[in-house]
Amino acid sequence: MITGLVLSGCGEDDGPPVLTWYINPDDGGQAAIAQTCTEEADGEYRIQTSLLPQDAPSQREQLARRLAAGDSSLDIMSLDPPFIPEFAEPDFLAPVPDDVAEATTEDTLDGALAGAMWNDELVTVPFWANTQILWYRESVAEEAGLEMDDSVTWDEIITAAEDTDTLLGIQGIQAESATVWLNALYESQGEQILPDPTLSSDEIETALDTEAGVKAAEIMHTIGSEGLAGPGVSAMDENQSMFLFQGDDGSFMVNWPFIWTATQAAVEDGDVDQEMLDDIGWAKYPRVDEDTDAAPPLGGINLGVGAQSDHPELAWDAVECIVSPENQVEYFITNGNPPSSAQAFEDEEVEDAYPMADVIADSLDDAAPRPQTPYYSDISQIIQENYTPLSGVDPEGTPPSTDDYVKQVLRGERLL
Amino acid sequence: MRVLEAGEESVRPKKSPRARAEARLGWMMAGPAFLIMLSVTAYPIAQAVYESLFSYRLTEPDAREFVFLGNYATIFSDSVFWWALGVTVFVTVVTVAVELVLGFALALVMHRALKGLRGTLRTSILVPYGIITVVSAFAWYYMFDINTGYINEWFSWVPGISSDLDWFSNFGTAISVIMASEIWKTTPFIALLLLAGLAQVPDEMVEAAKVDGATWWQQMSRVVIPHMKAAIMVAVLFRALDAFRIFDNVFIMTQGQHGTEVLSMLAYKTSITRLEIGMGSALSVVLFACVLLICAVTVWGFKVDLASGTDHQDAGKEK
Repeated sequence: MITGLVLSGCGEDDGPPVLTWYINPDDGGQAAIAQTCTEEADGEYRIQTSLLPQDAPSQREQLARRLAAGDSSLDIMSLDPPFIPEFAEPDFLAPVPDDVAEATTEDTLDGALAGAMWNDELVTVPFWANTQILWYRESVAEEAGLEMDDSVTWDEIITAAEDTDTLLGIQGIQAESATVWLNALYESQGEQILPDPTLSSDEIETALDTEAGVKAAEIMHTIGSEGLAGPGVSAMDENQSMFLFQGDDGSFMVNWPFIWTATQAAVEDGDVDQEMLDDIGWAKYPRVDEDTDAAPPLGGINLGVGAQSDHPELAWDAVECIVSPENQVEYFITNGNPPSSAQAFEDEEVEDAYPMADVIADSLDDAAPRPQTPYYSDISQIIQENYTPLSGVDPEGTPPSTDDYVKQVLRGERLL
Repeated sequence: MRVLEAGEESVRPKKSPRARAEARLGWMMAGPAFLIMLSVTAYPIAQAVYESLFSYRLTEPDAREFVFLGNYATIFSDSVFWWALGVTVFVTVVTVAVELVLGFALALVMHRALKGLRGTLRTSILVPYGIITVVSAFAWYYMFDINTGYINEWFSWVPGISSDLDWFSNFGTAISVIMASEIWKTTPFIALLLLAGLAQVPDEMVEAAKVDGATWWQQMSRVVIPHMKAAIMVAVLFRALDAFRIFDNVFIMTQGQHGTEVLSMLAYKTSITRLEIGMGSALSVVLFACVLLICAVTVWGFKVDLASGTDHQDAGKEK
């Protein structure tokens, strides 16, 4: 009798263990994958999703607070790559078992793999990978006489926009996208903003005041001060630059692949003409120096398991299921988020839905992560404050003053 | 106990057993709430003061280090703090001053309005105050936003305003919109407090002043406003404390960009975004001290009786 009461009191133990997957907002793709993997687990575990805030910095805030407080509900987490070192350094993430690492990274594209590492160790598993490519209006490129087969340079598209009196789609808003852009300009010259990311906060330094840094600042300054991105440049995020690109003045734009599905949807809704869609061309991210390959920005989501999770082994099993190439293909087709696995790109469905899939895969191989450091958030914030508005960027003055500011803030000598 | 009671009795009027029982009942009813309030406010405040003495980043738990007043030294020697403080004081002074003038005008209108109209008028004036601050901040943001706003379109005939004007891309225009939304939203609050003050001014005194040939301005400055001093001071104090802690509008419209960072925004950014618990706590303590200071200066400096909110003593004397 008593045993019966005690047993019935533990009603939660009835079903299989529930794994909570903290997901970033998407078009329902992660919830669908959770469902698929729950079915495949055949009663071994059940995955339920829990939604994180809209933007990546807020996702980081929530996860950091929960991880620091030892929340055991963080079984699986969708993590934005730049914030991974901050969570990996204090051992907030459970180590990736060797067999899982091997199984999930067999054919991961190089750029995506780089974003999953910290201190030469795989600390998360790539789930999907994002990168920017150069979108252009074929009519404008033709008018400007620009050969788009080769990788074009920033200088060329700036001149083309000036000549054709059109506007460039870039991200001039004071937000994470500013760091994404600056880092791409920097890495495209074969240099890194953070030469030694493993140093402690007392020693870490950025190297913005270099030849590469001045050149990067010059490009941003020119576009901002000459009004090449239109009057709304200070409020221009990825969406706004897409609207600009879809408009009459659109010419060239650096942006993520969501542009393709979003523009198709806009055509279906009648907001954009079919002619505009037909006029869209794509190429790899612009080069800074014509002889050096561009290093496109890297985004995406990696999966990590919380160190305090009650079911780490099951969680890693679930992760293996989630990142399977089939699920990655499905996620790309339905939600527009590109796979991190090379194999997934070879799927026919992908080629049909995304004619630019090969350019994306190619870019992901060359993509460079943003500075990987536990202090990324602070460094990015300082870059955003100093490199926007674009017209205020002084190619000679901004890089050294930003370097100084980073140093002082990370040493606790200044506020941010 | 007895000695104390005897001493009290000589100062205060003697309480009847019934009054004493009522007082005891009052304490028993309010006591638990008082204790809970103390535990949910005093404890976090004490913890913030304690944390502010450390250099402590949430994602670097092992690097926690006692720095004593080091965080405060950094704060007071940093231009970022002084700028944020300056902006906060500027916003407080400008908005409270404008709200006081507008609120007084609205109170007069409500006071003078015909009886039948008074209810409708009061409700309609109160509408902005009833709107959630975040909602009103978004409304103002979208009104002025360069991509979705209609202000640039509607007011393109005003010199300086054109479709190319990005209100939130520089300090002057951004802070103006922030202050305008703040004023729009909270003027009704001041108006209502002042209306209560206006109702306290005896009509016969105003009439007497009229009979003596006082002009409208003289009636206001010599009779009405002096009688409303307590109500005005309470309104100013409440609004100043509120305005000094301004956060929502700035957070929604500019996120503190382009020099519009206010003190509470800086404290939020340091503790929540940067996860610098030590420095963030120190900033919160400084903010708290500023609010206490405003309170102290108003309450003691201007001798406002917060409990009554009206010209209590004078009213008593008249009777």
